[in-house]
Amino acid sequence: MSIQVFIPQDTTALALGAEKVASSLLQGAQTLGLDVEITRNGSRGMFWLEPLMEVETESGRIGFGPVKLSDVESILSMLNSGSVGTASIKHPLYLGEVSEIEYLAKQQRLTFKRSGVADPTCIESYQRLDGFSGLAKALSMSGQDVVDELKNSGLRGRGGAAFPAGIKWQTVLDTPGEQKYIVCNADEGDSGTFADRLLMESDPYQLIEGMTIAGLAVGANQGYIYLRSEYPVAHKLLNLTIERATKAGFLGANVCNSGKDFFLEVRLGAGAYICGEETSLLESLEGKRGMVRAKPPLPAIEGLFGKPTVVNNVLTLGAVASILEQGSDTYKNFGMGRSRGTLAVQLAGNVKRGGLIELAFGVTLREVVDDFGNGTFSGRPIRAIQMGGPLGAFLPESQWDTPLDYEAFAAIKAMIGHGGIVVFDDTVDMAAQARFAMEFCVIESCGKCTPCRIGSTRGVEVIDRIVANEDRDNNLILLHDLCDTMELGSLCAMGGMTPFPVRSALTYFEEDFGISSRRDH
Amino acid sequence: MLKKNSNVDQLIEQFKTLPGGLLPLLHAVKHAMGYVPDSAVEPISKALNLSRAEVHGVISFYHDFNTHPVGRHTVQICRAEACQSMGSRDLEAHAKQCLGIDYGETTPDGLVTLEPVYCLGNCACSPSIRVNDDIHARVDSSRFDELIAEFTLLSAEVSGVSS
Repeated sequence: MSIQVFIPQDTTALALGAEKVASSLLQGAQTLGLDVEITRNGSRGMFWLEPLMEVETESGRIGFGPVKLSDVESILSMLNSGSVGTASIKHPLYLGEVSEIEYLAKQQRLTFKRSGVADPTCIESYQRLDGFSGLAKALSMSGQDVVDELKNSGLRGRGGAAFPAGIKWQTVLDTPGEQKYIVCNADEGDSGTFADRLLMESDPYQLIEGMTIAGLAVGANQGYIYLRSEYPVAHKLLNLTIERATKAGFLGANVCNSGKDFFLEVRLGAGAYICGEETSLLESLEGKRGMVRAKPPLPAIEGLFGKPTVVNNVLTLGAVASILEQGSDTYKNFGMGRSRGTLAVQLAGNVKRGGLIELAFGVTLREVVDDFGNGTFSGRPIRAIQMGGPLGAFLPESQWDTPLDYEAFAAIKAMIGHGGIVVFDDTVDMAAQARFAMEFCVIESCGKCTPCRIGSTRGVEVIDRIVANEDRDNNLILLHDLCDTMELGSLCAMGGMTPFPVRSALTYFEEDFGISSRRDH
Repeated sequence: MLKKNSNVDQLIEQFKTLPGGLLPLLHAVKHAMGYVPDSAVEPISKALNLSRAEVHGVISFYHDFNTHPVGRHTVQICRAEACQSMGSRDLEAHAKQCLGIDYGETTPDGLVTLEPVYCLGNCACSPSIRVNDDIHARVDSSRFDELIAEFTLLSAEVSGVSS
């Protein structure tokens, strides 16, 4: 029997050389006359161990990582010696049984339970791992029952706004219309986030299943995945899996012989951060400039091409499949307060062990960073953590005991957003980061409303004057005033929340703006 | 030029009835030609029943739709916060100096175009860069030089064969 080896095909593993490792292993095995079969699985999300090579043994799947090209020879000779499966493995990259690696074992994986287990494009593997059983349940229920199940789960939109998903679906279900749409927001633009990408690359059928359930529930027969163009691997995998799901009867006309249709198509964005905002995304899908729309009307009532539209994030739609499969009561038993279920935390930036960490809401920021991160990559002390992407606040150590809960974060003028955590060590210049927040808004603003379009440009200038100590006191007043205008007067979160990183940097790290030294005089 | 325009015409035929088809069409034009030429604006606007201003407005809104030819390889350096926390500001400076160009420019030999990008979704292994469709993780100055040396070598081999 051949030796079963798994080497991931997701972006991070590929970016760290997985392709060369796989081809070198195959070639080396042939030379040795060793019968090795390589499955290109998805990633488990333990990116600090990528490329993570797994080998099937009688007692489970064991791991080696991170595997460099130069490690292939020693791994091959170990496989050739027939010692795999015994307790005597002495390889320096040996990690033991993969499912027992603490980083993974400590998580509560619901949405990401299949991630990294099998070839993500294999529909039979997906079904063997309980895939499409949520869809099967949904097919036996009325649309209203599916929406009620979602409401009962307490699931809130995982894109960042945290709006209750069930209420959004109810609005679309209740709005009369011949044509309705399901739109998946896969424009994951926040720095420090990669959970959407991981789901699409490691378990794409789950997203397809979630979208199909949504379509059947609210009466939409067309879905679009709006995918950012920065994700070429996800693009390829989604197109392939949509084709296979359609051939297998899970998509297209007469889904699973239900008499209902659901067609799905991937549309690529074109490098505009603002298109992650749902109304801008809809404009872009319509083939226009991604200009933010005023609300109301809500997209649930007048969305894509003016029709009732569900717009949900990748993780929200992924969670739908597992909620239908396992029941809403199971899902809502995780979490705290009004934040139910699990959060896909993405630990990134200057950290030793970065990756995807799915946990029930309620764990503190410090617990995530300490228990999983294992310190900074540089080995220096952590100084600031930015949570929630480029519009999220910079938090000093005094704030790290805040539990991951939407309301708890809102209370400290911060946000969970899409769950990305970016760690900075003590070499960070917080005035430069505050300036970058404004600069980013200059570059990415859609330009429709004045506070965002002009305010951000003036913001860069004012920060420069503060740092250069030009009339600092008055410029600080001006900066706060400008932040008020942007927060209160912008049409969407782009201009409305750019002040969050700026103000938090000023509040907690004023010395970087030269403010403390002024007081010394 | 004639060949290029007929290329655009074929693509227009393919996409003109697709709902919201302007972005997919522009992507297809860029894929076929490496950029979206000004000469494509008029035929696209006629076929999609839009004004030239509307088509131009869409092209200019999105970072992806460059309107001038680019080099044989496009190198994008991630400027977002996770990469900044791992030294991407130094990497940007190094890349500009090493290639002798700024963002949006192409090396005089036509080999490399340098662009900024805001997040490649590879934030646990920063700094990241994208070279054409390949993403590379943990890129410091020396890794950057290695990657550029690979093209330079490749390009020398290609021109060696053809001469």
